[in-house]
Amino acid sequence: MDFSIDGKKVKAKKGEKILWAALDAGIEIPHLCAIREAENAWGACRLCFVEIEGRGVVTSCTEPVGEGMMVHTDTERVQRLRKRAMELILADHPMECKTCPKRGDCELLKWMKFLKVKVPKNLRPFPKERLEPDESHPLFVLDPNKCILCGKCIWVCKEKIRADVLDFAYRGYNMRISTFLGKPIAQSPCIGCGECVKVCPVGALYFKDKEEIKEV
Amino acid sequence: MTNDWEEIYQRAKEKWEALEASPIHIRIGTPTCGRAAGALDTLKEFREKLEKEGIQGQITEVGCMGLCFAEPLVIISKPEIGLPPICYRNVTYQEVKRLVDGFILGDDPCLELALGTLDLTEDAAPYIPEMLRFEIEERLVLRNCGYIDPQDIDHYIARGGYLSLRKALGMSPEQIIDEVSKAGLRGRGGAGFPTGRKWDLCRSTKNEMKYIICNADEGDPGAFMDRVVLESDPHSMIEGMIIAAYAVGAYEGFIYTRMEYPLVLDRLEQALMQAREYGLLGEDIFGSGFSFDIETVAGAGAFVCGEETAMIASIEGRRGMPRPRPPYPAEYGLNGEPTVVDNVKTLALVARIMGTGAKGFRSIGTPSSPGTAVFALAGRIEQIGLVEVPMGTTLRQVIFDVGGGVPEGRELKAIQIGGPAGGCVGKEALDLPVDFDSFKAAGAIMGSGGMIVLDENNCMVETARFFLDFLAREECGKCIMGRLGIKQLSLILEEIVRGNGREEDLNLLEEISKDLAEGALCNLGRTAPNPILTTLRYFRDEYEAHIKEKRCPALVCKDLIAYYILPERCERGCEHCVLTCPTEAIVSDEKTRTKRIQQDKCVKCGTCLEICPPEYNAVIKVSPPDRIKELEAKIGG
Repeated sequence: MDFSIDGKKVKAKKGEKILWAALDAGIEIPHLCAIREAENAWGACRLCFVEIEGRGVVTSCTEPVGEGMMVHTDTERVQRLRKRAMELILADHPMECKTCPKRGDCELLKWMKFLKVKVPKNLRPFPKERLEPDESHPLFVLDPNKCILCGKCIWVCKEKIRADVLDFAYRGYNMRISTFLGKPIAQSPCIGCGECVKVCPVGALYFKDKEEIKEV
Repeated sequence: MTNDWEEIYQRAKEKWEALEASPIHIRIGTPTCGRAAGALDTLKEFREKLEKEGIQGQITEVGCMGLCFAEPLVIISKPEIGLPPICYRNVTYQEVKRLVDGFILGDDPCLELALGTLDLTEDAAPYIPEMLRFEIEERLVLRNCGYIDPQDIDHYIARGGYLSLRKALGMSPEQIIDEVSKAGLRGRGGAGFPTGRKWDLCRSTKNEMKYIICNADEGDPGAFMDRVVLESDPHSMIEGMIIAAYAVGAYEGFIYTRMEYPLVLDRLEQALMQAREYGLLGEDIFGSGFSFDIETVAGAGAFVCGEETAMIASIEGRRGMPRPRPPYPAEYGLNGEPTVVDNVKTLALVARIMGTGAKGFRSIGTPSSPGTAVFALAGRIEQIGLVEVPMGTTLRQVIFDVGGGVPEGRELKAIQIGGPAGGCVGKEALDLPVDFDSFKAAGAIMGSGGMIVLDENNCMVETARFFLDFLAREECGKCIMGRLGIKQLSLILEEIVRGNGREEDLNLLEEISKDLAEGALCNLGRTAPNPILTTLRYFRDEYEAHIKEKRCPALVCKDLIAYYILPERCERGCEHCVLTCPTEAIVSDEKTRTKRIQQDKCVKCGTCLEICPPEYNAVIKVSPPDRIKELEAKIGG
């Protein structure tokens, strides 16, 4: 299927989502929650907006390519929506980058720089409650304070590994990732595969020993 | 099977006629609203009294006629006196003796308790000729509500029920879809999507398994349309649902409603069981070879589950979170199979359309929105309750002629339409016709039918804050725009009502709102800014007063008001306010004995204003609170 992104001709399989076709063609689109192997697109981070001529703004992770489609990644609306989503995430994220175990490997920071967005000053502070990191597991730590709720860890745990240890709990602003009944991970049926840690885009899940990554 | 139906129909008709001919027939409305007003005590009292007096009378528990302000509503028919049945309002158990002694045993119709007489329209819908509202109302969905016993399928059948289904099963599915499309039926859940087109999409999706879901997850504050329909006339929806299932080719259906509607669940289960007994559900319905059955699902009370994809997730046993659309449920729905999701009222209207035909339906309403609209009138309105009017009726008629206007001569300020994600329109919108497109143009949405009237004592900024706070607590948390966007909007509003608004906040509210409307994952997030956008459009001056002058014009926002006792009106000898103030903030002047509120101790609970005898009326609210100083200085000078 032939279509164009920012004027550049791109080819993709029928049914392929714009996001993956663009990334394959070397065109950068910010994204934090998308998983290529997932059966259904998640669409939660609201960063991968693109504009299709004659159609309007869509999230590129949910929209399949179409023959002759003209996609733009840099229109005013796209920029505005991406910036808004990023600003909201940043306003709610503890910006402790200097001490963050994900330093140097943080996708949030990468896309923040890509979008040239700063921590917004005009927003009202979110009533973020400081939660205790779960250090019970020998291999990794779950720090819910840094979690952006992209849902990737839940997807790998439920759908790929089928360990079913993690899920969302609570609603609205209070939503967080949790084990069943909020028990420490060490007391859950976690098999220690470490897949959740590998997909975490931020510092919410990290290995206790960086060397551990190689071992696992 | 068909012969059986003739038998069923005849039996039902005879039963109904016997009831109508009964020398004394008492109908008591016992839906949730009636029960809240004490209808069950009234029922018990009537039963005991009739037994004690040895009166041969029939008592029928009926649903709700929509006249909530008059609950418990009792309709007594006594054919021998030559009067039509009489409707009595607010009949608590204490009034029962009066009615039994006066009207049932004697010949005094107790008109002082009466709302009016009960008559039937050409379409056999009950109405009260003495009430102006019935000149405007047209009852298609509510035709049986408050008149039949919802727990007895025979009542529904005797009044023509299930004849539409019988007719529909003799048609081809395509013919039914065509008829519904010709009728121009639009979904009553809020968005107004053409029902025929939705069905056609589902029907033409090649798949063995298809589902139909009735969306009865009514969660809007102040909305109770679907509850009333399901408690008062469940079969009207069930009949429409079976027709819809046949039209799209579904063999299984689900009714998703709220656990907080226990009576709805009870009545649905009972109705489904009765329909199964009569062969109207299950295998080979009406001998047509078509088989279909319905299950009820009780949601755990998450507002977001009213969104169709979240509802489907919930039925599948997953967390109730919306997923991106397309694909729409009509192609990829429950368990990944094509699914039609329709609102209760849409399905109830389907049965009516199949009965009267598309042309009959189109003769009511407007060309782009045919049929009727059901609203739950609530808030600052005289006659709280349900109304059903033809589309195209103006808001003014709905609020003043049907609802009786704003009580106590206060002035109407705004109308909140379409649920929490709907909008507030101002007085200037009163001549707006009720239909999907006009509401949209005014910045509101039709929604599923909640209509809350606000008067001069409502603060519009506080109203917006209330709805955004509701939505922030109810949205699922999945997408960034929904979770953080709605929360941010509610935080800004919170600061404004507290007097911490900044000039740039109005701009910020508008910008974030615009981004949410375009960028949120689901319709909850996309419509959540509506309360802000509409109040900003119609009541911008109130926002400005809160931000620039730290003043709440409606004297509602606690942080921006103060209570003050006018010394010239204070009776002095009276100590009501002093004695009831919970923080002992009110002191009496030693010499003059006039009362004064110590502002630093006052918690602004408003008790003094409530308790001050109306003949003195000495307590007032002022805004901004600093005005107290001016007033006190004047006295001092």
